[in-house]
Amino acid sequence: MRLDGDMRIVVAMSGGVDSSVAAAMLAEQGHDVVGISMQLYDQSDGQASFGSCCSIDDLHDARRVAAAINIPHYIVNLERQFDEQVVSNFVDEYAAGRTPLPCAHCNSDLKFATLAERARGFGADIVATGHYARVERDRLSARYVLRRGVDAAKDQSYFLFSLTQKQLAVAAFPVGDQPKDAVRDYARQRGLPVADKPDSQEICFIPDHDYRAFVTRRVPGAEREGALVDEDGRVLGKHEGIHRFTVGQRKGLGLGATATGSPMYVLALRPAERQVVVGPKASLERTRLTASRVNWIAERPEQTLRIEAQIRHRHQAAPATVRALDQGRAEVVFDAPQSAVSPGQAVVFYDGDAVVGGGWID
Amino acid sequence: MRVYFDYNATTPLSPESVDAVARTTRDVFGNASSIHHFGQQAKAVIDLARSSVAKLVGGDPSEIVFTSGGTESDNFAIRGAAEALESSNRRHLIASAIEHEAVLNTLKALAKRGWRTTLLTVDGSGVLAPERLRAAITDDTALVSVMHANNEIGTIQPIAELAAIAHGHGALMHSDAVQSAGKLPVDVRALGVDLLSLSAHKFNGPKGAGAIWIKRGTRLSPILTGGKHERNRRAGTENVPAIAGLGAAAQLAAGKLDAEAARLSSLRDRLENGVLERVQGSAVNGQRDARVPNTTNISFERVEAESLLIALDLEGIAVSTGSACSSGTLEPSHVLRAMGLPTHRTQNSLRFSLGMFSTPAEVDHVLDVLPRLVEKLRGLTRRSA
Repeated sequence: MRLDGDMRIVVAMSGGVDSSVAAAMLAEQGHDVVGISMQLYDQSDGQASFGSCCSIDDLHDARRVAAAINIPHYIVNLERQFDEQVVSNFVDEYAAGRTPLPCAHCNSDLKFATLAERARGFGADIVATGHYARVERDRLSARYVLRRGVDAAKDQSYFLFSLTQKQLAVAAFPVGDQPKDAVRDYARQRGLPVADKPDSQEICFIPDHDYRAFVTRRVPGAEREGALVDEDGRVLGKHEGIHRFTVGQRKGLGLGATATGSPMYVLALRPAERQVVVGPKASLERTRLTASRVNWIAERPEQTLRIEAQIRHRHQAAPATVRALDQGRAEVVFDAPQSAVSPGQAVVFYDGDAVVGGGWID
Repeated sequence: MRVYFDYNATTPLSPESVDAVARTTRDVFGNASSIHHFGQQAKAVIDLARSSVAKLVGGDPSEIVFTSGGTESDNFAIRGAAEALESSNRRHLIASAIEHEAVLNTLKALAKRGWRTTLLTVDGSGVLAPERLRAAITDDTALVSVMHANNEIGTIQPIAELAAIAHGHGALMHSDAVQSAGKLPVDVRALGVDLLSLSAHKFNGPKGAGAIWIKRGTRLSPILTGGKHERNRRAGTENVPAIAGLGAAAQLAAGKLDAEAARLSSLRDRLENGVLERVQGSAVNGQRDARVPNTTNISFERVEAESLLIALDLEGIAVSTGSACSSGTLEPSHVLRAMGLPTHRTQNSLRFSLGMFSTPAEVDHVLDVLPRLVEKLRGLTRRSA
C-alpha cells in the first residue's frame, strides 16, 4: 500500500514482523514515521516469559527495528488503560460465563482510540498498524471501507470490526495488501532484525497461556463449584468454576463415557445457577443469534441485509441475513446451522471482502 | 534546532574531558599496578585525577576511591558500611524517600537480608525536615543516606544538620552528591558526612567513572574483592582513560563553579518564569530557592507528561519526565509522590535540566515551542473527555 504525500505517520510497533515491515515500508516511501510501542502490563520485574506479544523482548525488538530503519521510537505506557479496558473485561467476561475476545477490545479501545489521539498531539495525520486488513475510501459515499487482508490465512479484519469512520479515516494497514510471505521477504531483504521471528499466537497478557489460572487470580470468587447438567437439567457431575469452560469445549469436562457413548460438548454456561450445560454435538448448532454494541462500518441499514457472518477468528463466514435492532443490537439468521456460537465473541458481517459491521454475541 | 535540556540524565563531555580521555586512551595504556615505566605513567594519571576530585569536594586525595560511577559508589557506601557493621548490634538503615534508585534498591536488597530500613518522606517543598530524621533514628541505626541535591527537582537537602543528628546516635552519614558535585560547592568537611558519592558524567565527564569520598578512619568493607587496587578498597584494574576524564571534568568544574552556577540559574529562571508566564496551569514542583542552579521541574495541568515529552522530542527538544532510570515504568515519580503531590500532578510533570552548552537562544526556542504543544495536547484531552 502506498500513502500519498509526505505525512507524519505514527506506526504502532509491536516488535513483530508485520508492524516492523509496516514501519519500514512507510519510511521507505519518504514519510516522517514515528514508531510507538505500547507497554501494556507491568514489566518491572522483567518477566520476559509473560507472553508472546508486547513482552519486554518485543519492545526491544521494536526499538532495534526503529534504529535499523532510522526512525524515532517511543514506548508509551498504557498499563492502566490496558488493565481497565482489556484485562478487566476479559476477566469479567469469563467470570460471567462468556468467551471474551480481548484483541478486538485492544484494537479499537486502545490501539486506535488512544494512539489516534496521541498521534494528533504529535502532529501526525495517520496511525498505521501491522494488521492484515485494508481500508479504502469509497469515492461516491466518501465513506471509509474496511476490507479483509489479501492473505486470507492471515486476515485480521475480524478483530477490527468496531473501528468507527473517524478511526478508519486516520488508519493505515500497510501490509494488508501483501501476502505474509512477501512481508517476510521484505523484512529479510531489508535485513530487519525480526524477519524470521515467529508470529504471535496467544493472548499476550496471560502467563503460560493458562487463562483459567489468570482469571482465578484476578477474581478469586470465580472459583465456585457448580454442576454439569444435561439439556434436561439432570446433574451429570461437578465443576470448579464456570470460567473454566467455553461453549463448544469438549475436553476437560471430567465426564466418563456417557449413556449414548457420544462425546459431550459445552452447550451453554449459566452463571446465575453456576451450571455448565453439556450435550451432544448436534445440540451445539444454532441458526440464530443476537449481538449487542453493533458497529456498522457504513450506515445502520434500514432493511435486512444478505451477508456472510463470521462468529470466530477461525470460522468460515457463513451466508446469513442480518437485521438491525434497537439499542445498537442486531439479529443474525444463518442459512444453515452453525456450531458453537459463543457469547462474548464477535460476530462480523461481510459483503464479499468488505466488513459491513459487527457486534458482540449475546 | 536541537535542544538538549536533560543534563541531569547525562551531559556532553567538555572538550577538556574528551582530550583527557582520548590522550590517555592513546598514550597511556599501562596497568597502574605495574612497577615499570608504563605502570608509573598510568599511576601518575590516576593520582592527578585523584587530586582534582579531592579538591572538588574538599577532601584529601587519600580519601578518594574511584568507582564505575554513582550507582557503584552508592552501593559501596551502603553495602560496605552494612557489611562492616554486621557484627555490631546496629541493624537499621535510614534514607530519604526521594533518593535515587541506586540507594533505594540497595536498601531494599539489604532489607531482604534482615536489615530494618526506614524511608523518610519529605514535605511539599521537596526538602527532608531534620525533625523527621530525629524521630526515626535510634541507637541501632548504622547509616543514614540522604542525597545532597535531588535529581528530579533539584532541591538541596540540609546535609550538615542531618549528619549532626546521625553522628549524635553513632550512625554513619552518607550523601549521594551525584547531582550536586560539579554544579554546587561541595565541601565534605562542611557537610560533615562520612561518605559521599559522585559521578563524572553528570558534570561533563565520561560515563563509567565516578568516585566515593571515604572519610579517613571510616570502616567500610569492599564490595569488589580481588587485587590490591585503590588501597585495598576497590579491586579491579583501573579504567585509566575514564578516570583521567573525570579528573579533567573535576578540575574544569572547580575552576568555574560560581560563575557557571550564576549563568545557569539565570538561564533556568528565564526558562521557568517564561513557562509560568506563557503556559496557563503550570507550576513549579518543589521549593524554588535552595536548588541546584540548572534544574526545574514543572507540572502542566491536563497534559500527560509522556505525550508532551514525545511531542517536544519530535520538535527537537529533549527533556525528561523524571529520572532517566524510571521512565518507561508505570510508577509515577517516587520523588513527587514522596512530596505528597496528587497522582495527576506526578504524571504531568517534566524536568528541564540545563548545563554547560545551554544558551539563551535555546531557552527562547523552548519558550516558543512549548506553549503551542501544551495547548495542542490539552485540546485533544478536552475533545475526548
